[in-house]
Amino acid sequence: MNWGSFYAVISGVNRHSTGIGRIWLSVIFIFRILVLVVAAESVWGDEKSGFICNTQQPGCNSVCYDQFFPISHIRLWALQLILVSTPALLVAMHVAHQRHISKKILRRSGRGSPREIEHIKNQKFQITGALWWTYMISIIFRILFEVAFLYIFYMIYPGFKMVRLVKCDSYPCPNTVDCFVSRPTEKTIFTVFMLAVSGVCVLLNLAEVLYLMGRACKRCFCRSEDESKADWISQRLSSYKQNEINLLTDQSLKSKFTVTKKSPTEKGERCSAF
Amino acid sequence: MMSWPALYTQLVGANRHSTSLGKIWLSVLFIFRVMVLMVAAESVWGDEQADFTCNTLQPGCENVCYDQFFPVSHIRLWCLQLLFVSTPTLLIAMHVAYRNHRDKKRLLQASRRAAFLSSKSQLEQEEELESLKKRKLPIAGSFWWTYAFSILCRLLFEGGFMYVLYVLYDGFRMPRLVRCDQWPCPNLVDCFVSRPTEKTVFTVFMATASSLCMVLNMAELTYLIAKSIQNTLWRESTEIEQ
Repeated sequence: MNWGSFYAVISGVNRHSTGIGRIWLSVIFIFRILVLVVAAESVWGDEKSGFICNTQQPGCNSVCYDQFFPISHIRLWALQLILVSTPALLVAMHVAHQRHISKKILRRSGRGSPREIEHIKNQKFQITGALWWTYMISIIFRILFEVAFLYIFYMIYPGFKMVRLVKCDSYPCPNTVDCFVSRPTEKTIFTVFMLAVSGVCVLLNLAEVLYLMGRACKRCFCRSEDESKADWISQRLSSYKQNEINLLTDQSLKSKFTVTKKSPTEKGERCSAF
Repeated sequence: MMSWPALYTQLVGANRHSTSLGKIWLSVLFIFRVMVLMVAAESVWGDEQADFTCNTLQPGCENVCYDQFFPVSHIRLWCLQLLFVSTPTLLIAMHVAYRNHRDKKRLLQASRRAAFLSSKSQLEQEEELESLKKRKLPIAGSFWWTYAFSILCRLLFEGGFMYVLYVLYDGFRMPRLVRCDQWPCPNLVDCFVSRPTEKTVFTVFMATASSLCMVLNMAELTYLIAKSIQNTLWRESTEIEQ
C-alpha cells in the first residue's frame, strides 16, 4: 500500500464530486503528495544523521534531536494527508449504499435485466438529499482535520522557520551544547510551501461548502416558484414508486428507508436540499 | 512477489461477501494501518539499531543492549499482526470458492439432464454459470458460522498482538534512556534510543487504530448474531401463522 494505490482509492470518489471538489483533489495529489514524495522526503532524509552537536558525549545528539523534533515534519504531513483525504470515502460508502438499495428494488420488482443493473452501477448520483448532507459532513471533517494539523504544527514548531542552531542541555549533555540542524533554509522553504498549499486547500473546501449551500437554496427557491405540472407528475410517480416498494418489500426493508411525499403547498415553505 | 498490494487484492475479492461493517473494517485496516506503516512508521524505525548509542566504547555492548531491550522491533510486530489479522478473511474466500464449485457441479448435472429433455442452448448454460460466479452469497447457514469464526479469529489475533506489544515494551511509551549491564558492558551503562517521542506517537496511533478495528469486529459479530436471531424468530412466526 503506497501513495499510488491510495490515489486510486480516493480518486474513485471523484465522479460524484463537484468541480471544486475535483480541483481540490488535484491540488492534494499534485502539490502535496507528489511534492512530499518527490522532493520533501529527500530534504528531510538526513535530518537525524545530519543533526550534529558540539560534543563527543554519546547519546547527547539523540536526546537533543528528540527534544527539538518530537515528530518530523514529513510524518506530520503524511498523517495530515491521509486523514484529510479519507472523509471522501464517506461519500463513496453512501453512493455504494444507494446503488445497493436501487439494485435490490429493481430485482424485487422483476425489472432486473442485466442492462438496467449495469446502468445503476455506472449511474452518477446527484448531490441532493441525504447525499448532500454526507458530502457536507465530509467537507467539514476535511476542514477540521486541516485546521487541527496546522494548529499542531504551530504548537510543535512555533513560527514556520527552521532554525540553524539550537542550544540543548538535557542529560547526558555535559552542559549547554550547540546543535546544528541540517539544511535549515531548504526545510523552511518546503515548510512554507506545504503550509501555503494547505491554506489553499482550506479555502477550496470553504468555497465548496458555500457553493453547495448556494445550490441547495437556489434549488429550493426555484422549486417554490415553479409549481408546474411536471412537479405534480413527478410527485405522483414517486407516490406510485412508494406503493410499489411497500407492496414488494418485506418488513426489514421498509424500516430502512422511506421516500418522503411532500404536498405542493408544503414545499414552498421550507428551504432544503431535498 | 508477495507484497501489501497483492494481499489487498486477495482480501478485496472476499470483501464482496462481507457486511458493510466488514467493508469499513477493511478500509480502516488498509488506510490507517498498512498505509501509515508503509509510508510513515517504517522511516521512523529505520535507524533504530544504527542510532542506538551507549555511553561506552566497549565493542559488542551496544548490540547486546539493543537486543535485550528490543527483542522484536515494533515494525515487525505490526507487520505480523496485520498479516495474521487479514488471513481469517481467506477462510471466507475458501468457503465461497467451495460453494461455487459445488453449485457449479450441480448446475452442470442438472443442465445436462435438461438439455437431454429439452433444447437448452449452450449460451443459457454459460449465462447461468457466469451469474453463479458473480452472485453474492447470503450470510446464512454454514457460511454464517465460517464468517462468525473468522471475525472471532480476527479479534483474538488483534487482542493477542496488542497484549504482546504491551508486555514486551512495558506499555506503549518509548523511553529515551535505558540502563544496561549485560556482558560485555563493563558496568551499568546509559543507552539512548533514537527518536523516542516520534516512536511513542506512532505506537499510540497504531494501538488506537487496532482498538478501532477490534470495536468494528465486535460490532459486526453482534450484528450477525442479532440478525440471525431476528431471522429465526421471523421464520418461526411465519410457520406458526401457517
